Amino acid sequence: MGVELLQKTAQAVPDRDRTRTRWEGSQVMAHAILLLITLVCLIPMVLVISVSFSDEVRIAKEGYKLFPVGFSTFAYTYILKQPQQILQSYGITFLVTLLGTGVGLTISSLLAWPLARRDFKLRGILSFYVFFTLLFNGGMVPFYILVTRYLGLKDNILVLVLPYLVTAWFVLILRTSFAQLPGEILDAARIDGSGEWRMFFQIVAPLSKPALATISLFYVLRYWNDWFLALLFIDDSGLYPLQYLLYVLMRNIQFMASNPQTTGMPIPTQSARMAMAVLAFGPALFTFLLLQKYFVRGIAVGGLKG
Amino acid sequence: MIFVEALASVPTCFAPIEDPLDSHFLTRPQRPFPVMPRFIARFFGSSREAQSNLSLSLMASPGVLLLFVFAYLPMVGIVIAFKDYRFDAGILDSAWVGLENFKFLFGTDAAWRITRNTLLMNTLFIIVSTAGSLLVALLMNEVYTSRMSKYYQTALFFPYFISWVIVSYFLFALLNGNTGLMKKVVETLGFETIRWYRAPGYWPVILTLAHLWNGLGFGSLIYLAGILGISPELFEAARIDGAGKLAQIRFVTLPLLYPLIIILVLLAIGRIFHADFGLFFFLPRDTPVLYRTTDVIDTFVYRSLVELGDIGMAAAAGFYQSTVGFGMVVLANWIVRRINVDYSLF
Repeated sequence: MGVELLQKTAQAVPDRDRTRTRWEGSQVMAHAILLLITLVCLIPMVLVISVSFSDEVRIAKEGYKLFPVGFSTFAYTYILKQPQQILQSYGITFLVTLLGTGVGLTISSLLAWPLARRDFKLRGILSFYVFFTLLFNGGMVPFYILVTRYLGLKDNILVLVLPYLVTAWFVLILRTSFAQLPGEILDAARIDGSGEWRMFFQIVAPLSKPALATISLFYVLRYWNDWFLALLFIDDSGLYPLQYLLYVLMRNIQFMASNPQTTGMPIPTQSARMAMAVLAFGPALFTFLLLQKYFVRGIAVGGLKG
Repeated sequence: MIFVEALASVPTCFAPIEDPLDSHFLTRPQRPFPVMPRFIARFFGSSREAQSNLSLSLMASPGVLLLFVFAYLPMVGIVIAFKDYRFDAGILDSAWVGLENFKFLFGTDAAWRITRNTLLMNTLFIIVSTAGSLLVALLMNEVYTSRMSKYYQTALFFPYFISWVIVSYFLFALLNGNTGLMKKVVETLGFETIRWYRAPGYWPVILTLAHLWNGLGFGSLIYLAGILGISPELFEAARIDGAGKLAQIRFVTLPLLYPLIIILVLLAIGRIFHADFGLFFFLPRDTPVLYRTTDVIDTFVYRSLVELGDIGMAAAAGFYQSTVGFGMVVLANWIVRRINVDYSLF
């Protein structure tokens, strides 16, 4: 299968001699081009951060700059002065991410382990059952009707968690990784009289920590960054996740600008908007920088994203 | 046959469970599954095997159930494309209308527009992203041993972790008509100010660049892994034969990467009927003026469903996407199989 091929290619990454030190012309050129590309990639983020720290009046006069004009933290103090909505959304996103990642990882790996077992009688049929969901899906409309009418989950926090719990792609990656565990250890456990559940939790899971860590990071990302489920199913602003709150703010910004609030204070729309974005992607970016090596390896292993 | 057996063995399901108060309960030798119906035992094999198979089935069951609800039920629900769906009646009791919804959908200009945009934009994405990722992977390979490569990887990768909602803020910071950065750039270069959010002509380029920006780290990493997997002896041999850097790329790296490139491109072609909803929905900010170039099947389905409440139209477009999309995947996979069975998805 394609997955395995990619996994093999990924394993080639670590073994590489790092002995070459002399610079060649081609390397200088590669550095130059890559520097340019990466700088261009970073511009949008730098711009947004810069605007969030800029002075509102000078922004209106001079436009957005890559360096803050008239450094000011007013946007942040403004947002944090009335923090109910943003704190609420942070809380929702945090809860959903925690719950989804914990439960999702457990259920997915419990599904993946039997699929990795050659002696499991239902292996073939269940593998197909999981895999087929990658090929064909009912689309948005039946999904929407199912959740709203038949499951009655509209404006329920569970709707932000349940649909993503089992993702076929994650299950298949986990299966491939479980299948590579050395059979001797499992045989030894079996001879020692270990049951299936005990074998999974005490041997398989601890031995698969890297794969489980990778997949849990995928889960974290998926839940943290999700706006789709809220877009379809959440109307109650008490249940807005962070990303959806940002979308609503973006949509309402014109409205807010044309209705100066009664507080008598100038609304820092431009900088506050960008400050909100920074507050939303900041934690994700931080996590990414912290756990980057797992991400990079995990994605190389995961290969094709679903 | 198995059903007959099942019926015959039902009573064993209800065989009395050992009384836990029975004083011999713990000391008496236990059969592994005193209440297991015979037909299950027969299916799973000998008792030891049966026990482990049953445990494994139990482990898999929560996942199987969730997939059933959230993946398989909607597949069945796809029939509403042939119904006049009414919320009070539900899927089963709504009236069949045959191809009415499809007639309505394909009678509009929208059907052609969303099909064209979806296919065209995805084709653009595939070409540009593949070329861009390959280029970056080749460059990264040159400097792989350098300490800077870590920085490059981080900088290229971070967009992958940013949601499209936030990217829409990024893009707005660049393009908005009053204060955006691009306004200044365009003015400095001496051109007339462009109202980006009113000019549909620019959006294929903007969206392609956004897609490239988002996927470059991911795509280049996969190709880099492929390049690093090539045996160094081959490059050595090429060098001895007098091949320069470009010749090595052309005659060693690229030919050995072809299988990987072909798989990834074919997989992308398999998904060519599915557009990235977030990208097309948030970046143009759902602006009607831009629909001419930015409206794709997914955004159309969403709009018909949620904003217009036209479930029949949405369902017909969704059915069209699901089935043609499925055909594309199967076709793409069939082609891969013809090339090399090992690389195929199924």
